[in-house]
Amino acid sequence: MSKTLYDKLWENHVVHQEADGTALLYIDRHLVHEVTSPQAFEGLKLAGRKPWRVSSIVSTPDHNTPTDHWEEGIKDPISRLQVETLDANIREVGALAYFPFKDPRMGILHVVGPENGATLPGMTVVCGDSHTSTHGAFACLAHGIGTSEVEHVMATQCLVQKKSKTMLIAVEGKLGKGVTAKDVALAIIGTIGTAGGTGYAVEFGGSAIRSLSMEGRMTLCNMAIEGGARMGFVAVDDTTIEYLKGRPFSPRGETWDRAVAYWRTLHSDPGASFDRVVTLKAEDIRPQVTWGTSPEMVVGIDAVVPDPAKESDPVKREGMERALQYMGLNPNTPIAAIAIDKVFIGSCTNSRIEDLRQAAAVLKGRHVAANVKLALAVPGSGLVKRQAEEEGLDQVFRAAGFEWREPGCSMCLAMNADRLEPGERCASTSNRNFEGRQGPGGRTHLVSPAMAAAAAIAGRFADVRDIS
Amino acid sequence: MEKFVRLEGLVAPLDRSNVDTDAIIPKQFLKSIKRSGFGPNAFDEWRYMDVGQPGQDNSQRPKNPNFVLNQPRYQGAEVLLTRANFGCGSSREHAPWALLDYGFKAIIAESFADIFFNNCFKNGILPIVLPAAEIEVLFQQVEATPGYKLVVDLPAQAVVRPDGHGVPFQIDAFRKECLINGWDDIGLTLRHADKIKAFEEKRRVEQPWLFAQ
Repeated sequence: MSKTLYDKLWENHVVHQEADGTALLYIDRHLVHEVTSPQAFEGLKLAGRKPWRVSSIVSTPDHNTPTDHWEEGIKDPISRLQVETLDANIREVGALAYFPFKDPRMGILHVVGPENGATLPGMTVVCGDSHTSTHGAFACLAHGIGTSEVEHVMATQCLVQKKSKTMLIAVEGKLGKGVTAKDVALAIIGTIGTAGGTGYAVEFGGSAIRSLSMEGRMTLCNMAIEGGARMGFVAVDDTTIEYLKGRPFSPRGETWDRAVAYWRTLHSDPGASFDRVVTLKAEDIRPQVTWGTSPEMVVGIDAVVPDPAKESDPVKREGMERALQYMGLNPNTPIAAIAIDKVFIGSCTNSRIEDLRQAAAVLKGRHVAANVKLALAVPGSGLVKRQAEEEGLDQVFRAAGFEWREPGCSMCLAMNADRLEPGERCASTSNRNFEGRQGPGGRTHLVSPAMAAAAAIAGRFADVRDIS
Repeated sequence: MEKFVRLEGLVAPLDRSNVDTDAIIPKQFLKSIKRSGFGPNAFDEWRYMDVGQPGQDNSQRPKNPNFVLNQPRYQGAEVLLTRANFGCGSSREHAPWALLDYGFKAIIAESFADIFFNNCFKNGILPIVLPAAEIEVLFQQVEATPGYKLVVDLPAQAVVRPDGHGVPFQIDAFRKECLINGWDDIGLTLRHADKIKAFEEKRRVEQPWLFAQ
């Protein structure tokens, strides 16, 4: 029988199954950060339980850490305690790898895992963070979990799961110039809605997806959760295998060959059936900009802010009105007429080397507009930062008027000092435009790195396709 | 975990779709290393007029009179009524912790985001999915009736309105049993420890690259 990639990943991890379909799934990789783990470690200790397999754990602090003045340490005492608690917990139980604050390999977990080869095809990958879907780019069954489940995985190396429905999102054709994986992700969410993927495991396929780099696929799978799907994945191909060669935790020698032979089977079989299929034409996707307070509130750069008066569903209309009020926008305003105050290039969505290259290509020889108060470039990890510096990208960002920061989650969720002030408007490469996400009262517009760079230069949203 | 069997509780209506977990508990409160004490900061940005900080005395803060949970008639509510896609966004379990600490034991919505839905069960909160039409009726009744209470009967899988009308809801048999008995998931899973060990040993041989040390 033809199987989907999800069927294969699922079957490969079932330890035990109850009559009602509830299964125990074995977890291969557990990513741990400072915010969602302290209560889990404490619960384990209180119950007198030991971690089942510490070599499954890869850990680094990322949410709370500052992105500048590292020599001063973490100034906020509550943040510092949380990071020190992670240090102490990992010191006590152990891990496959731990990259503490200021370590050269520290960074955002969803950047750090893949770049170290700690994310391998066919794995189950979990983390107390919803953007764990990122690792689906490697044909992993990867999703976010709550802290109780973090404790459950530590104690048992398993999760209690029920099989999801399956959805294939196929993007066929060739993406236009200036259109990136971020635009594809936003266009998909605009199509299916922010809850469109709820209850589904999503496979991304089609020629446009296959042509994406691993960085692009990570951006796409990262945003699966913003479309409601806990997990999104892409089949293994040469691009996947090339990326993994020679990474620190990738297998070597004969084991590599065996692994590759298995990895090559990680795709949906021809004729496999999905509960839902959504198809998009790559040529129809324009650079995207969100205008509201949910990622589904998104349009192309050449569009205008939608008019709630044209929405027939009263609940939706009220949501639009509330969003426009929060965002300080009027209906029918051209997106390209919206001026910005800040720019943020970073986050687990868009802080990898390719993202920084795409932004730098736009910024080269240009300068941030006078009305832009702050433009931040925050690499996803110490390794990304080093590589960018070797390529001279830091100089391009700095010459353009950007601040070049140390790695971390930064202004994506504003747990550290990087944030918006009330009313400030930001072109951001992050993943959520919720009310207050980047700081209370802050207004977030989600865009690609190239579009964030274009906005920085223009001081308002601008079509990157018009910039040569 | 506290058991959940039957509840008769005051209902508070939160008439919005896509309420995200950032709204339920904003990020600055996630710096805590504890599991408790999040209730006073549930819906912080909607509930107060100022920007809240961890460790503050919340009783002194200016409240937003327009926010529904601040209305006197909804004080002491144990059932939260809301619209579609409740709990979307971040996986933070601080969201159900905050709701539980506030006093909510059941949440009725048109739909829930997957991770939040799952997190509720780990904390003895019952998330109930009802059809949009039923939700609409409940909103109308709550708003028209001060002191409006619902009975949530988990063994019978029904929400019973004051007019006696019962609305059935679905729940996984396993989850239902865990809630009714207040079972600890980890203890249940560890009953299969031998199976897990055997699975792991086989895996170690078949896919050794997954076990880098």
